This record gives sequence, structure tokens and C-alpha cells, in this order.
Amino acid sequence: MFFRHLFSTDHKVIGLLYGFTSLFFLLVGFVLVVIMRWQLAYPGRTPWIAPEMYNGLGALHGTIMVFLGVVPLAVGAFGNYVVPLQIGAPDMAFPRINLASYWFYAVGGIIMLASFFAPGGAPMSGWTSYPPLANFAPSGQTFWLFGMLCLIFSSLLGALNFITTIIQLRAPGLTWFRLPFFVWAQFITAFLLLLAFPALQAAAVLQGMDRIAGTSFFLPSGLVVSGERVGVAGDGNVLLWQHLFWFLGHPEVYVLVLPAMGIIAEVITTNIRKPLWGYRLMVYALFVLGFLSFIVWAHHMFLTGMGTTISAFFQATTMIISIPSVIILSALILALYGGSIRFNTPMLFALAFMPMFGLGGLTGLPLGLAATDIPLHDTNYVVGHFHYLVAPGTIFALFAGIYHWFPKITGRFMNETLGKIHFAGSLVAMNLIFFPMLIQGLTGVNRRLWDGGASYQFAEPVLFLNTTMSHAAFLLGFFQLFFIVNLFVSLRSGRTATANPWEATTLEWATPTPPIPHGNFAQPPRAYRDPYEYSVPGARTDFLPQNVADERAGT
Amino acid sequence: MDALPYTTTARPDTGLTSPKLGIWLFLASEVMLFGSLFSAYVLLRTGAPFWPDQSETLNVPLAALNTVILISSSVTMVLAWAAAAAGNLSRYRLFMGLTLLGGALFLVVKAIEYSDKFSHGLYPSTNNFLAIYFTMTGLHAIHVIAGMVVNAYLLGVTRMWREDHLRFTNRVEIAGIYWHFVDVVWIFLFPVLYLL
Repeated sequence: MFFRHLFSTDHKVIGLLYGFTSLFFLLVGFVLVVIMRWQLAYPGRTPWIAPEMYNGLGALHGTIMVFLGVVPLAVGAFGNYVVPLQIGAPDMAFPRINLASYWFYAVGGIIMLASFFAPGGAPMSGWTSYPPLANFAPSGQTFWLFGMLCLIFSSLLGALNFITTIIQLRAPGLTWFRLPFFVWAQFITAFLLLLAFPALQAAAVLQGMDRIAGTSFFLPSGLVVSGERVGVAGDGNVLLWQHLFWFLGHPEVYVLVLPAMGIIAEVITTNIRKPLWGYRLMVYALFVLGFLSFIVWAHHMFLTGMGTTISAFFQATTMIISIPSVIILSALILALYGGSIRFNTPMLFALAFMPMFGLGGLTGLPLGLAATDIPLHDTNYVVGHFHYLVAPGTIFALFAGIYHWFPKITGRFMNETLGKIHFAGSLVAMNLIFFPMLIQGLTGVNRRLWDGGASYQFAEPVLFLNTTMSHAAFLLGFFQLFFIVNLFVSLRSGRTATANPWEATTLEWATPTPPIPHGNFAQPPRAYRDPYEYSVPGARTDFLPQNVADERAGT
Repeated sequence: MDALPYTTTARPDTGLTSPKLGIWLFLASEVMLFGSLFSAYVLLRTGAPFWPDQSETLNVPLAALNTVILISSSVTMVLAWAAAAAGNLSRYRLFMGLTLLGGALFLVVKAIEYSDKFSHGLYPSTNNFLAIYFTMTGLHAIHVIAGMVVNAYLLGVTRMWREDHLRFTNRVEIAGIYWHFVDVVWIFLFPVLYLL
């Protein structure tokens, strides 16, 4: 029974496999950072955490959270489960490729975890694996490269499947501008995965050649390591890696963000009982975001000495790309105006997403301008900035999605009380972790320091924050227990849900609960209207599902 | 999953079958992969104080022969597809076999080139030109092998030929599109690595 599920080609089963695997990796990534925070709170009192081990924990925390946790949960799990339902399709366009995509992901994850046991230890060059450091790192780095190749292949298979599914398998009547915003977000995300990831694939191949075949793609001539001249041909270019890495890396940021915005749009419209404000504008903003995300990458490289002309170009595009992000976020906030808001758990997470994501975005502006980036680069400010985007931003959206779609997937609600405790605790704890990082960074404390800055005199006034942040991290872990218990208990004994428990309009709620294995819908659905027809004047109910033909028929 | 629409017939408003759209998207990704490597080549070459004379280092006549072989195999691939569409099994087998043979010949010539370099002490670690040469042609050779595996499968397993002929023909077409792409990559690699 269990093994049959591991090799099912049903998109829902694959979505759940992705979901549970990525939640497991989120937990692993979190445990790694808890160990790091322990070291940072009590440097010198945790002798079993050597600097090398700390570096390994840092590299794998980043890699696991981004490539094995958040993206597979946002795209692999939610995308897989929800997109075919929302477009009224029986399955993904290529069910077996879908399964292959999951298994490449799983194998990539296993290789990443195995790197802990590699001779010389885990990869320890950060999640960005910059050469020349990464070229001389122990063999764990080679594991990292092979793991990444598997993950990239997995996301390629997933991306082409999503795009084909959305183009080809939309139900009759479901025209492009009747697609739910979540589907649009996944559509643009898939293009980013399809076109940006190959750059890292190429970079990983080149670094693999450097490490295995002794080439010097990333090694300049006359490089001296530990007092000895490195015996390679030389003439390589260390910046080549950074360009290739960030050509992936920046679109990857939007891969983390866009599905989250999609989930938030779904949760918000359902719980304010009115249409999404500025739906078309939001879709156009997605296109602009997707396009511009390919030409902003070098704002990660202002300090590499690539020259002021190039910096000027990239800071201009970086300022421009903030416009569509602000449009989407503003539209989501404006949608609340005049709404009849239900404050259930998914909505609370969605409401918290907006200011938290806004804070993450605003703190990014000084990093996008070369002049202000120079003092802030590589400090804890940067860490605080992107964690605001990903943790109380994207991860909150993912939690909102879990609470929102759980009744559809299992036929039961998650517990509201436990959910609200989970929400409130996470919100407070996350702010206590990430806001002090901004303060430390403004003081000049560098990131990736094993002692948390204790060896620098200027860091003295803000060192006490390390303890605060660590305790908040432990607290955050404590509040996740409420989520884990809720997830498993609700699975068996939650309040039962009907087919459309939230009285929502999009097509996933037109399936039976849970949707029929291999086929989803009782009859092939047909779409008659826009995605978010809530509170339509004259209608009998305050919601008109997309598959209802006559608005006076009522439901 | 047999109930999935548009696996063999085109969706009216897009004019495409799903597999055909899928392979084009896959190739778009491949363009970015090889594009990244070509960019790396440009960056390394323009930044290097010294770059070896490529046509002196490599064997241009052998590579020209390989170009002819690979382009010919693309032609036979199209003929195999046409034979499949016409329902002529023996003709299909002939041309698909020739396509496979072309791929195999290409790899043999490539192996001769590689071993000739190795016997002269020229390795990827020798200099950055040879490094990018071995990396790009090696990655291309892996793509050739992958295409040959697919073609061999389509040559050997012909149950679908009888049971769902249209779907089989479409598969040959999809494999052909991929095979032409592998050919096109070589057409870029040949002048960039051997002639320029």
C-alpha cells in the first residue's frame, strides 16, 4: 500500500510526497540552524561545534531550506496538488515525468544529507559555494555539486510539466484571464525554473571539472593557498562562478516569492468575500517581475569590483523590479478594504504575510543600491533582510496554504485553536529572531561568523542580541510543535469538511473531498466566469463558483 | 492517465500536442545550459592573456567529418519519421538504424580525437581552452548518447507501432526534434572550438 503510493503517477499523491518530504527537509534545515544559534548564543561553551562544523551547518542550512524545503513545498507540493485542480484537469500533462521529477528531488536530497558523512565533512563554502574556496573544500562539496545536478534536473522536469499542463489542460471555458492568480504565479515560476536553473547546472559542471579533472575554470594564475602556490594551469575567472550562480540565484528569489503571493491571493479572496483587487494588473506585474528577474543578478556582486557602469545598470533594474512587487503587495492590501473578513488561521497567516513581506522588501532597497550596499554587504543585515522575505514571508504563506487546502486534501479541518497558537507564537518568535539581525548588521557585524562577532570590539554593544535571537529560535521551534501535533491529529480526528467548506469559487472546490484518485472530478468541469466572483449583486449566495452557469441558480 | 487529452491530437486553440510543447520547453532549457557554457567560453577567452591556436591544437578534418556524419543522421531521422508516418515498417527500421549508426560513428570519431589528445599529454587540466573543449564536447557527447538510447528504444519496441500508430509516430517526431537539437549544438561547437 505504502510502496504503491511511492510510485503513483497521480498528481495528488506526488504532491503529497513532495509535501511530506519537503516538510521533513524544512525541519532538518531548522534543526541545523538551531544548533548554529546555540553556538552563537554561547560561543566557546559548545566545544563539540568546531568552526568547520559550523560552516558545514551554515552551508547546508541554506541549501536545504531553499532547494529542498521551500521551493519543493511551494512548487512541487502546492503546485502539483492544486494547479491541475484549479484548471479543471484530470492530472498533470506528463504523469510519469512528474513522478521522475519527485524521485530526482528525493535522490538529490539524499545526496545532500549524505554529504555530512563525506570524508572531510559537509560542504562548508556557504549555500553559494563561491570559488576558489569551494574548489579546495573537502569532498562534501562534490556531493553538493552532484546533489544540485539532481535537484536541477528535477526542477527542469517539473517546470516543463507545469507549463505544458497550464497551456494544454485548462478546462473548457477557462480562458487565460479566468485563471486563478495562484495558477498564474505557478506559470511564471515554472518559466523561471526552466530558464534560470540551467546556468547553475553549467556552473556545477564547471566546478565539478575543477574539483575532479583538475581544470582551472575558477582559479586565477598564481593562486597561493596555505602558503603554497596551487599547481593548476590558471587563467580562470572567479567571477564567472558568481555570474552563473546569481543568474540562477536571483530568479530563484522570485521562485520563492511568486507561489507564496499566489497562495496569499487565494486565501485572501476566500476570506474577504470580494474579488481580488486589480487582478489583471497583478497578472501583468507577474510578467514584468518574471522578465526583470533575469537582469538584476549582479546586484549581489557590487563589491566584486566589476565596475561602476555595470553597477549602475544593475541598480537601475533592481529599483525597477521593486515596482511590480509593490503593485502586487498593494493590490493584496487594497483588496481588504470593504471586505467582510473572516479571521481564521489561514487568513491570519495571510494577513501577517503582508507587513512581514513588506518589511523584507523595504530592507532590500538599500542593498540594491551600490553606495548603500557597500557597508551592508555580507553583514547580518543581509541575513535579516532575506529571512524576512522567506520566513515570515514565504513560509507563512505556505502555512496559510496548508491550513487553507487541508480540508480539501483530507476531508477534515485543522484545529483552529492550535493553529492560532502556532500563528501567534511563530509571528512573535520570528520577529525576535530577524529584527535584531538588522540592528547587528547596521552595526557592522558580519554574517557567517562562528563566534557571532565576539572577536570584534565594535560588535560589543550588540552582542547581547545573539542570546535573544537564539532563545527566540528555540521558542520558534517550540511553537512548531503545535503545528506538527495539529497536522497529525487533525488527519485522524479533525472536524469533517464538505466539498467546499470555505464557500470558495475556484475549481479545486468543485471536486469531491478528497478529489477522486486519477481523474479528480466527478464530471469534467466547465468554467463560466471569472475566478473570484464573491458577493455578486443579485446572486443568491455570496459566492459564485466558476463552474456554475446560472447565477440565480444558487448553490 | 490514458484519459489525458491532447497526447496525440492537437488542442484546437493552441494547435499543439502536449508532448510537442514539452520537448520544445525542454530544449529551451537546454539552450540556456549550452548558452551558459558558451558565455563561459567567451568570458574565459577574452580574459585570458594567452589563448592557444585552436585549429592547430585540434583536428579540424576529423571534426568536419563528424559534422557531416551528424547532419546526415539528422536527415535519416527525418526519413525514419516519414516512413513511420507512411506506415512502412521496414523502411522505418532502415532509416532509424542508419540514424543510430550515425550517432555511433560520431562517438567513435570523438573517441579517436580524445585518445589522440590524451596520448599527446593534452588533458582538461592542461589549459583553459582544452578544459572548456573537453567539458563542452563531453556534455554534447552525453546528449548524443541520450538521444541514441531513445532512438534504440524506438527501434526495438514496436508494439505501439501496431496498437497506437499515431502516438508512435509522434514519439519518433519528438525524438527527432531532440536529435536535431543535438545536431544544432554541434554546428555551434564546431566553428567555436575548432575554427575561430
